[in-house]
Amino acid sequence: MVDTAAADTPTAGPTLLQASRPAGSGAGRVTRQAIVVVYLSALVVIPVALVFWNAFKDGLAPVIAALTDPVVVHALQLTLMAALWSVVFNAIFGVATAVLLVRYEFPGKRVLNAFIDLPLSVSPVVVGLSLVIVYNIHDGILGKPLAAAGIHVLFSTPGIVLATTFISMPLVVREVVPVLQEQGTEQEQAASSLGAGGWTTFWRITMPGIRWGVIYGVVLCFARSIGEFGAVKVVSGNITGKTQTATLAVEQLYQNFNQTQAFTIAAVLAGAAIVIISVVATLRVRVERRES
Amino acid sequence: MSIIVDSVTKRFGSFVALDDVSVTIPSGRLTALLGPSGGGKSTLLRIIAGLETADAGTVAIEGTDATNLSPQQRNVGFVFQHYAAFKHMTVAKNIAFGLEIRKRPKDEIKERVDELLKLVHLAQFADRLPSQLSGGQRQRMALARALAVEPTVLLLDEPFGALDAQVRKELRLWLRRLHDEVHVTTVFVTHDQEEALEVADDIVVINQGRVEQAGTPDEIYDAPASEFVMRFLGPTTEFEGAVVRPHDLDVFSIAVRDAVRAEVTDVQRVGHEVRLTARAVGTAPSGAQSPGTAVALTRAHFRDLELDVGDTVWLRLAPGASQMTAANLTTPSAG
Repeated sequence: MVDTAAADTPTAGPTLLQASRPAGSGAGRVTRQAIVVVYLSALVVIPVALVFWNAFKDGLAPVIAALTDPVVVHALQLTLMAALWSVVFNAIFGVATAVLLVRYEFPGKRVLNAFIDLPLSVSPVVVGLSLVIVYNIHDGILGKPLAAAGIHVLFSTPGIVLATTFISMPLVVREVVPVLQEQGTEQEQAASSLGAGGWTTFWRITMPGIRWGVIYGVVLCFARSIGEFGAVKVVSGNITGKTQTATLAVEQLYQNFNQTQAFTIAAVLAGAAIVIISVVATLRVRVERRES
Repeated sequence: MSIIVDSVTKRFGSFVALDDVSVTIPSGRLTALLGPSGGGKSTLLRIIAGLETADAGTVAIEGTDATNLSPQQRNVGFVFQHYAAFKHMTVAKNIAFGLEIRKRPKDEIKERVDELLKLVHLAQFADRLPSQLSGGQRQRMALARALAVEPTVLLLDEPFGALDAQVRKELRLWLRRLHDEVHVTTVFVTHDQEEALEVADDIVVINQGRVEQAGTPDEIYDAPASEFVMRFLGPTTEFEGAVVRPHDLDVFSIAVRDAVRAEVTDVQRVGHEVRLTARAVGTAPSGAQSPGTAVALTRAHFRDLELDVGDTVWLRLAPGASQMTAANLTTPSAG
């Protein structure tokens, strides 16, 4: 899960989390560490570092110019908005689904469990195409009635939000499920025997116990959402200044030889992901040390 | 009468955890549900708390039919074996939880929490997180948390089961003293007969989903209703076709009236106690491999008798000792 997200969005999150794990000793340890360092360098560290180097190689002025370009600003704003909606939907849906999967028994549970991973295993382009089939205004099952009601999903913001949400759907669920399992039900039972109702128990006992799972899931979801490309490209129409998200802008600017602008946006995307994941990882270690 | 469990049955799949159990737990007393693991005693406790629902039967708490009430409506305090501490809250917040749920005034909550912190000797730990406490301290916190809401009954599920032997003994004596102070109707589950005998006012012995016997510790120990109860409450041995307690056998180095002649086959010293194994001679058919009779005596008594392996002794059941005809003796030794 974490690996998939890291491969799609260039972040150093997983490495930060695993750095404190105790290793063996002696030559074996050094060899293992060397392999890991080389592997991660080749795949993650060097490419991401080069993005930043390319953005800043002609100094700050072109970067500032790029960041004040209305097209770039609009693309970044659109990406930010889509990512925030995706985070909101997936946080609510993710926690609810995780609670359902861990705390309740119901027919079809295994099927639901398998279905949740689907968005991660299916190619984003396929996701985009499937959304086009459902939401097109001519014969889409949902698109036609929505168009009649004046709501256009494809080639506009709702479609971008929808595609982004779909793609990052499993991330919160998969982070929360193991935490919820580990938490067990005893604290919740204790709360209910002390007079707390279901809702109170959820907010005062369950949520605080799983909050780092939720936060980490939300962060991964955000990182994945700002990096989404394939599905968004299919559903958005990629109209510059209107439905062009940051990643789509990077591709177009790069192909049009606006390399500094392309690398600047890329650096912003990568930088945002690195910063939030680092902050969360640091906070998590600190809080876990305090509570366990 | 405080808790009345009537004809409760509970199944988990094909496993019958409780089979038509009826038991009455008196008000204001400390009652132990005693029995082997998997015997159904924890299930019964959880049904009383509302954490499990019975397939059949009813539960009444202080005259109120609680069968269909949810846990939060029953006003019971529940203490779990593994504490179930709210990890993200301080000790004081843990204890205050039930009162905050009930929306009591802040001053009143603070006063009650302080009082309870003193009661469980955790006053100086009020602002710590549960992870900074020892097991025994966590369990005392859990107890204070349960008591905070002034429950009708206090239910404890193997409360000392996760603690080491020393803390266990301290805490159970402390629970006994606490109950003498607080007088809330208390039921605790244990598989440790010594714990039940030492702490409880009443004991309900539960095995294989059924109540074997209910009574005071003396009644249960002195007049066990079944061979199971007799064997579960302490060490037993077989003597003259009956199940008896090893320390209920008198040992003589000379022949006395009604005593059975036996040969000492093993001597084992365990701390202050000496355990003899003796086999009745003369009357038993030769070649029969009887397991022998175990006899427990004090070290001082053992020294007086000057016994060793191979010596002849005379064994007699002490007057007033509980005994029970053994159901399935392999080699009955005729008296």
